Amino acid sequence: MTKKKTTKKAAKKAAKKTTGKTTKKATKKTAAKSVRKTTKKAVSVKAKKFVFDYDPAPESTAIVNIKSRYEHFINGEFVAPESGKYMSTINPATTEVLSKVAVGNEKDVDKAVKAARKALNGTWGQMSGAERGKYLFRIARILQERAREFAVLETLDGGKPIKESRDVDIPLAAAHFFYYAGWADKIEYAVPGREAKPVGVCGQIIPWNFPLLMAAWKLAPALAAGNTVVLKPAEQTSLTALLLAEVLQEAELPAGVVNIVTGAGETGAALTAHSDVDKIAFTGSTDIGKIIAKAISGTNKKLTLELGGKSANIIYEDAALDQAVEGVINGIFFNQGHVCCAGSRVLVEESIADTFMKKLKKRMQQLRVGDPMDKNTDIGAINSKEQLDKIKELVAKGKTEGGEFHEADVKIPSKGYFCRPSFFAHQSASGTISRVEVFGPVLSIQTFRTPDEAITKANDTNYGLAAGIWSEKGSKIHKTALGLKAGVIWANTYNKFDPTSPFGGFFESGYGREGGLQGLLPYLEVK
Amino acid sequence: MKVVKTIKLYIGGAFVRTESGRSYSFNVAGKDTQFARLCQASKKDFRNAVESSKGAFKSWSSKSAYNRSQILYRMAEMTEGKRHEFESLFMDSLGKTEGEAKEMVDKAIDTFVYYAGFCDKFHQIAGSINPVSGPFHNFTHIEGVGVTTLIEDDKFDFNSLIDSICSILTGGNSVIVLLGEGCPAVLGPLAEVMATSDVPGGVINILSGHLDELSEVIAEHREVRSVSFQSTRDDVFQAMKLKSTDNMKRMVPRHKNEKCLENILSFVEYKTVWHPVGY
Repeated sequence: MTKKKTTKKAAKKAAKKTTGKTTKKATKKTAAKSVRKTTKKAVSVKAKKFVFDYDPAPESTAIVNIKSRYEHFINGEFVAPESGKYMSTINPATTEVLSKVAVGNEKDVDKAVKAARKALNGTWGQMSGAERGKYLFRIARILQERAREFAVLETLDGGKPIKESRDVDIPLAAAHFFYYAGWADKIEYAVPGREAKPVGVCGQIIPWNFPLLMAAWKLAPALAAGNTVVLKPAEQTSLTALLLAEVLQEAELPAGVVNIVTGAGETGAALTAHSDVDKIAFTGSTDIGKIIAKAISGTNKKLTLELGGKSANIIYEDAALDQAVEGVINGIFFNQGHVCCAGSRVLVEESIADTFMKKLKKRMQQLRVGDPMDKNTDIGAINSKEQLDKIKELVAKGKTEGGEFHEADVKIPSKGYFCRPSFFAHQSASGTISRVEVFGPVLSIQTFRTPDEAITKANDTNYGLAAGIWSEKGSKIHKTALGLKAGVIWANTYNKFDPTSPFGGFFESGYGREGGLQGLLPYLEVK
Repeated sequence: MKVVKTIKLYIGGAFVRTESGRSYSFNVAGKDTQFARLCQASKKDFRNAVESSKGAFKSWSSKSAYNRSQILYRMAEMTEGKRHEFESLFMDSLGKTEGEAKEMVDKAIDTFVYYAGFCDKFHQIAGSINPVSGPFHNFTHIEGVGVTTLIEDDKFDFNSLIDSICSILTGGNSVIVLLGEGCPAVLGPLAEVMATSDVPGGVINILSGHLDELSEVIAEHREVRSVSFQSTRDDVFQAMKLKSTDNMKRMVPRHKNEKCLENILSFVEYKTVWHPVGY
């Protein structure tokens, strides 16, 4: 406290000095430095005079040793792909090739499924829940201890800001293993009054937006429940899953319990089609989710899907507006908008719409888009050229459909895949940006007049993943939450995740939940 | 001379004939004598039932759990009152003995009572307050998936039918029951139980008809959020699963056990709400 007061005084003094015309260049510099550190009040005196930028604050990449080539992880060992083929994985912020990753085919998948089956019938299947749990605790701990290594690799391979991989992805991934570890010897409490057994061999296919975190979401409950797994990471972002394989080795997890086969869509299709897989769990787009559901419709394979969304973020006129603006920024620009539950449709009450938009524009202007390895970066690189092209195409289409388009006038790097944050306001509910999941930093804004209208508009989508509500009135929040058809509702907050909190959607946003007690159930077969 | 009636469909709380003007006969067990005529519901009848069921879902799901519980208990009471009608129907149309018919009705009544007592409890067992690491109050609440279609066809089992109806209603859903060709003329007394149990019109609709004719429209209808498939015809189930992937319907296979929590949880969605805690 004392320190703060002193600085405040010094700043005022400095500000005064600067106003008195007696200063020399050197004094100006000192004053600028002090003002920079001080409160808003002090800054407001002379804010216009000092245009300053952040210095680069890059996280070191020295902690990561990226190999020139990565193999599949099958039966506890790294093995070369049957086809001998490898694909490149790039850093989307620089477009440089980081490494080569094995391309899996049916033979690789078959080897992995056989290893998983063997482990299920052998060591893992016969192990007590308590022992299984100890392996999961061990994995969680190693992840925590190697957290920075994972964070740096995640950002290099995927383009997300280091502050997000460091503060969100990796700690949450470790927390998921920690949480489900404790379930392994308490399964009987998950199905009160019944007996349950593991489903069997699970094929898990995960996306590129939260690579390690999605691997943890999938693996932790499956293993806690006693299943064995064949995991296929996204082809754009396989590296942290393969580093996780090293952690599994370090944790001495029995061979075959987790197998990782890398590759693109064909590899995923081979896994889905394999006759000895008992369950498929997929996170990704609704289109691919439907293809998977079709592919296994003739079988008795179990299925959980965590798919897309077009989640509404409702702002009532009695909301704490500055907080709501922060929530909207976090809702749509977190992870470049590559978030299935992104708050991509703002519904703002008409009476405050103008003020809201003014504040939003100002806040968007302060976003720093650029080097994901920089600790001050808010919006990193778009994950791939393909995704950047898709975003650009949707934005171009949106521009032809009327309404207001606003893009923050911020600098973006000339190299790599970057996209300025933007919004479309007052477009029709049937417009492209109001309906289609952009999966990028592009927001749609519409207005409403009554709570019923807000709920109707929010529910006017085939999706049902998440929604946000901003209001200072508790009863209004609860009534709105009851009316919204979505699996996750954030009231006066947004994009919060926790291993104890079930996540997943209604309708075309998928089947089943991940996280919490409810996230354990899809991996159990009640007798 | 005996008056043989045509048993009507039950849609939106009203007894109606099929708009298609078709019917089929159901014979007395082991004989060529007709027991009753049943309406052969058309695709249009099904769509009408969905429309009515959609509106009813709102009113049913917003009723208090206590109220739903009392209505399910009322169904048990009304079934008891119609016991003799059900029993003679099972004896005449299915060839059951008096003892078997009585046991069928006894079990069904017990099932109504079982689920009546579950309406205001399953939320506490399967819902949760989640201890997230942060200053948030976080809870998972359970609600019905929406309009559900229940398909009962061959291998008619009265108790299994009542179990499925109850588990769907207990979850807060509305239901359209399709009694396929393999089912006896149970529609009549069952619909009368529903009509006199204070359940709002449209919450339960009962159709008689041919599964092969209606399976496609059921699978493709976007407003039908879930299907409970109690028939043994796996070929139809798989075809329906394929057809319904576009609207991502929840396709629920034949249940393994009766009178249990899992049956209710097959027809619910979990909704998790976060709110900050602070001054």
